[in-house]
Amino acid sequence: MNQRTLTVVAVLLLLACALPFLVSNYRTFQFTLVLVYAIALLGLNILTGYNGQISLGHGAFYAIGAYTAAILMDRFGVPYWATLPVAGAVCLAVGFLFGLPALRLEGLYLALATFALGVSMPQLLKYHHFEKWTGGVQGIVITKPDPPFGLPLNPDQWLYYFTLAVMVLMFVLAWNLLRGRVGRAMVAIRDHHIAAEAMGINTAMVKSLTFGVSAFYTGVAGALGAIAIQFVAPDSFNIFLSIVFLVGIAIGGLASIPGAIYGALFIQFVPNIADEISKAAPWAVFGIFMIGFVYVMPLGVNGAIRMLLARLGRKAQNNRSTAGVTRPTINSPEEV
Amino acid sequence: MQPVNETRPRPGCSGPKGLLRVEAVSVHFGGIVALDAVSFSVESGQIAGLIGPNGAGKTTLFNCLSRLYEASEGSIEFDGHSLRETPRHGIAALGIGRTFQNLALFHTMTVFDNILVGRHCRTRSGFLASALSMPSVRREEDAARTRARELVSFLQLDSVADRPVAALPFGTQKRVELGRALAADPKLLLLDEPASGLNHEEVGALGALIREIRDRLALTILLVEHHMSLVMSVSDRVVALNFGRKIAEGTPAEVQRLPEVIQAYLGSAH
Ligand SMILES: Nc1ncnc2c1ncn2[C@@H]1O[C@H](COP(=O)(O)OP(=O)(O)OP(=O)(O)O)[C@@H](O)[C@H]1O
Ligand SMILES: [Mg+2]
Repeated sequence: MNQRTLTVVAVLLLLACALPFLVSNYRTFQFTLVLVYAIALLGLNILTGYNGQISLGHGAFYAIGAYTAAILMDRFGVPYWATLPVAGAVCLAVGFLFGLPALRLEGLYLALATFALGVSMPQLLKYHHFEKWTGGVQGIVITKPDPPFGLPLNPDQWLYYFTLAVMVLMFVLAWNLLRGRVGRAMVAIRDHHIAAEAMGINTAMVKSLTFGVSAFYTGVAGALGAIAIQFVAPDSFNIFLSIVFLVGIAIGGLASIPGAIYGALFIQFVPNIADEISKAAPWAVFGIFMIGFVYVMPLGVNGAIRMLLARLGRKAQNNRSTAGVTRPTINSPEEV
Repeated sequence: MQPVNETRPRPGCSGPKGLLRVEAVSVHFGGIVALDAVSFSVESGQIAGLIGPNGAGKTTLFNCLSRLYEASEGSIEFDGHSLRETPRHGIAALGIGRTFQNLALFHTMTVFDNILVGRHCRTRSGFLASALSMPSVRREEDAARTRARELVSFLQLDSVADRPVAALPFGTQKRVELGRALAADPKLLLLDEPASGLNHEEVGALGALIREIRDRLALTILLVEHHMSLVMSVSDRVVALNFGRKIAEGTPAEVQRLPEVIQAYLGSAH
């Protein structure tokens, strides 16, 4: 990370820290959800954006994370913060195991398999033999954690800071992972899996582990989401959630870390805005927003921002070209 | 036949019997016999040319060496290892590097990152260590970057190192592929038509580059090429295939004179 990026990140973090004192409790709660979604979207983006494996069922991992947290808190009295690693580990294992057979599936067929997972999750959660833990259709109500050490914060503010800390940690880990050997292997598999294998990349292992890591992120997000909303029920994790996650990474920017945050802002606030514009057909308005975003920013918000920065940079120093933002074209016989 | 570089020390090679031994390898695609009991060997330090008209089975042979295709019969031994027992992703670590006839770059990545991926089999950092950015990971990454930078300047790719490869001209992309293969420190380098798409001058420079790579990096090269003057000038030995069968083997001068070879080329589109 260069000096300028570091400065921008530091300023944004300061702003994020100031936020609960600038807006209402309800807005703070909404921004907590933005942070939660950002973690979930980063998870999906690692899988789909970086590794090229499409998932139409990530809502299922979000649900597993949420229920793990809720059950641990409600039935076993586990403190809320301790549920996160457990939720993550459960999803890591489930994701890895799901990723193994999914190795045989490419593109659309993988999409179908993950769709099946996503679409069956609410029913699994309602399954009456699990009712003892899951609470069946009723779901589980959990209590909102109080701020520790007598901190002068209300529960909404505390949960916001807690979530922010987890998010920052998860983003740093992802950044480390993606910028090095493993991240390059993921992208290499997406770009050309045969060449990747010829370079010595164990594509089967990397793809399954990537599935696991992706589910881990989305599972931790699910746990945080359950704690923030204080409630889990099967129908909040229907297939629509999975699709919305996919919308989030496409709008935010595929294969980009900050894109997860832009996407999270979009999926949290645009439905509200759409609802205010038209009570009758909010999803039609949402759709118009979505098409508008994709039309104006075909590479996602992240791509648009980078393009803008590159253009400003070029204006600033005309002799040095800043590459890396244009959509790659095949063998255009220009330059050098 | 004297291997040119017999005296050069070659750590880890299997001795005078040859670095690569292909024995009676056959490959079938449905009714097509792409390779028919092909045998030959390559001594370490050699540049061996593999020629033959279109469809002769040259790329198929490379794909057997990369384990992309499974030979229905025969065996391939490399540096004391049987390739049949090596998984596809283990080939690079054994020391076989390659380029592809129709480019197989990671098109969204930069030139530099493509070359870094070539280093994958010589590095170890896993998921957890990478996420935690352990000191060992950082050391390894620094070393890999240093090596990649050396290759970038060796192949004169400095000016495009940070560009995504997809936007570069064909000839430049071919050099990136070469750099990516070299990043794995191969013992044997497989080049599949490196001269295709290059102009006359570039072909001349490529010949010199191939020899320089062999000499400076002390490796063995198996070269598939239609460009006869190039193969004949750089190769120590030449193997000729036609319709999946080996029709000739020997020094460039010998092979060029053989009537079977002349016939094969006259009889085809060339
Ligand atoms: N995957 C495949 N499936 C079916 N047939 C194949 C396959 N790969 C190669 N072949 C066939 O095997 C034969 C040898 O092809 P190969 O690509 O090895 O030829 P080549 O010597 O590399 O030719 P060129 O000089 O044109 O590259 C051809 O008849 C080809 O059609
Ligand atoms: Mg070929």
